[in-house]
Amino acid sequence: MAGKTLYDKLWDQHLVTQREDGTALIYIDRHLIHEVTSPQAFEGLRIAGRKPWRTAANIATPDHNVPTTTVERLEGLEGIEDEISRIQIQTLDDNCDELGITEFKINDIRQGIVHVVGPEQGATLPGMTVVCGDSHTSTHGALGALAHGIGTSEVEHVLATQCLLAKKMKNMLIRIDGKLRNGVTAKDLVLAIIGKIGTAGGTGYAMEFGGEAIRDLSVEGRMTVCNMAIEAGARAGMIACDQKTIDYCKGRPLAPQGEDWALAEKSWLDWCSDDDAVFDHVVEMRAEDIAPQVTWGSSPEMVASITDRVPVPAEETDPTRRQSLERALEYMGLNGGQLIKDIPLDKVFIGSCTNSRIEDLRAAAAVVQGQQVSTKIKLAMVVPGSGLVQKQAESEGLNDIFTAAGFEWREPGCSMCLAMNADKLQEGEHCASTSNRNFEGRQGFGGRSHLVSPAMAAAAAIAGRFVDVREMGEG
Amino acid sequence: MRAFTALEGVVMPIDRANVDTDMIIPKQFLKSIKRSGFGPYLFDELRYLDKGEPDMDCTHRPLNTEFSLNHERYAGANILLSRQNFGCGSSREHAPWALDDFGFRCLIAPSFADIFFNNCFKNGILPIQLSDEIVDQLFDVVDETEGFSLAVDLASQTITLPDGSSIAFEVDSFRKHCLLNGLDDIALTLEDADQIRAFEVGHKQKAPWLYR
Ligand code: SF4
Repeated sequence: MAGKTLYDKLWDQHLVTQREDGTALIYIDRHLIHEVTSPQAFEGLRIAGRKPWRTAANIATPDHNVPTTTVERLEGLEGIEDEISRIQIQTLDDNCDELGITEFKINDIRQGIVHVVGPEQGATLPGMTVVCGDSHTSTHGALGALAHGIGTSEVEHVLATQCLLAKKMKNMLIRIDGKLRNGVTAKDLVLAIIGKIGTAGGTGYAMEFGGEAIRDLSVEGRMTVCNMAIEAGARAGMIACDQKTIDYCKGRPLAPQGEDWALAEKSWLDWCSDDDAVFDHVVEMRAEDIAPQVTWGSSPEMVASITDRVPVPAEETDPTRRQSLERALEYMGLNGGQLIKDIPLDKVFIGSCTNSRIEDLRAAAAVVQGQQVSTKIKLAMVVPGSGLVQKQAESEGLNDIFTAAGFEWREPGCSMCLAMNADKLQEGEHCASTSNRNFEGRQGFGGRSHLVSPAMAAAAAIAGRFVDVREMGEG
Repeated sequence: MRAFTALEGVVMPIDRANVDTDMIIPKQFLKSIKRSGFGPYLFDELRYLDKGEPDMDCTHRPLNTEFSLNHERYAGANILLSRQNFGCGSSREHAPWALDDFGFRCLIAPSFADIFFNNCFKNGILPIQLSDEIVDQLFDVVDETEGFSLAVDLASQTITLPDGSSIAFEVDSFRKHCLLNGLDDIALTLEDADQIRAFEVGHKQKAPWLYR
């Protein structure tokens, strides 16, 4: 019999019951909650007179709506100017208080983007099933976990039953062999993957990333890759647990301790695909072939190398694709054939659950150090992923490097990744962004987002346009 | 959940691929703590020329007359026809809530994004996946025929065209059962509460740290 994939193993270990019609009940170890997708679920629970099945499995933090300017954050919840945002965060606080759910509230040092907070606290660990009412829950798969986003009805279902109704997905392996070149990061890697397989390429699959280039990544880099599995259509992205994962988890507040740790550490190395595991689909790429990436369109698959040009619609033979290409270029205000390096920029955003961890901020700061943000750039901001990331960065003096260069240094939250708070693009503005979605209007009505790595965003801020970070000396 | 058995109605086309959930309902409306009231803001950025804000009165907003939703010929449509990867992006269930609130109960496309697809069934909306070829043909007839309507029957898994011809579609049997009967997932799962408890006992033995 063929071996099992990582996904098969995680599935089997959490299978409560398999029904005849192919649906299954899957046990959920960790449920992460934020303010946007939970209020209706809590309300549903209350109306039906139900209680959480296992309160301790839930952890909450507000992130999408929280303001990120220090002034507005001073007063905590009461200080939030946007009344509707304040009510939503208040509702999360109230729900968690009422039900006894652990919540890292607005100015708690542990507050932050839910996908940064989970691994940082040891709330998500190898071998777990992790869900959250947010599509980028795939991030946690980087630890060797089965993690994916769910809708609000499912949030309610998990709260009430600690289980999810699911159908087993198919297995896909993305294998990246070889070594990434200098200046090429996890973000470039995942953008190149999406460019290759498309935004629907992973639909219906659980996507495992493997190969030398993936093993060489730090655990934080792996999170960046898994974070964007959903942009390739896969609900769940995952990477085998190895010694790096174990070292990463060790000593985190919610990680196992003492005897538990010894037991956990031993079992965790089994969270990998067997050598003879069979995947339904395998995609292979060479790390050496990947250059720094920049998206030029309004979908993450509309991506090119920094040395490339924006595609020419007339050269596209498939009519639906040509049409979407034309539409994207019109929205983005770009011309087919234009050099990526000639795309004008107005704003730079370094943050989001894709790239707001300490290593991201270090990589950006290394490029920025001793330089000035170009006068062409109206706003360049850095938004740490959590209070703890912010504190760590400040202890390393990264905030000073950024502010001396002309960046704004903000308080933790989702911020301009989806512009639910005051941080947004104005109509027509181009933004170099380390986030994960360049959809129309995502970062503000009429805004034009270009997804890049933190180092590329930093380099763009200095140059006032996209430049190849590999040509910036340090890189 | 409200049941879905059969539906007959006008088909509205959105001829683009990768219609994402940000497009279906932009993020500023996600601040609501309610499940309803999203209909006026469905496809807000495509539908209006100005920028929508929560609680805005939409009756006098400038309309984008190029967008099909604003075309008189599709007034009252309850079936939406679109291209591949419909509902991609964010997991927001506000997307099906907004579609439903506006009046769409059935969606037809060559493919749907996973989370969105799942969310539809939890809200009494039937997403139907048909081949690219059939979807192409439907786009053509919808374009040619003013007031083009379809009859969808879930029990027999068929769509009937005005000329009497029909198209069969696939649907997962469990989801069909739940939709037809308007079943509440949670109540169904709780029928297996003993099994969940039994699972927890074994699970805890293997990974006790998960239960500290
Ligand atoms: S940072 Fe962006 S993508 Fe991540 S959870 Fe927040 S809004 Fe979603």
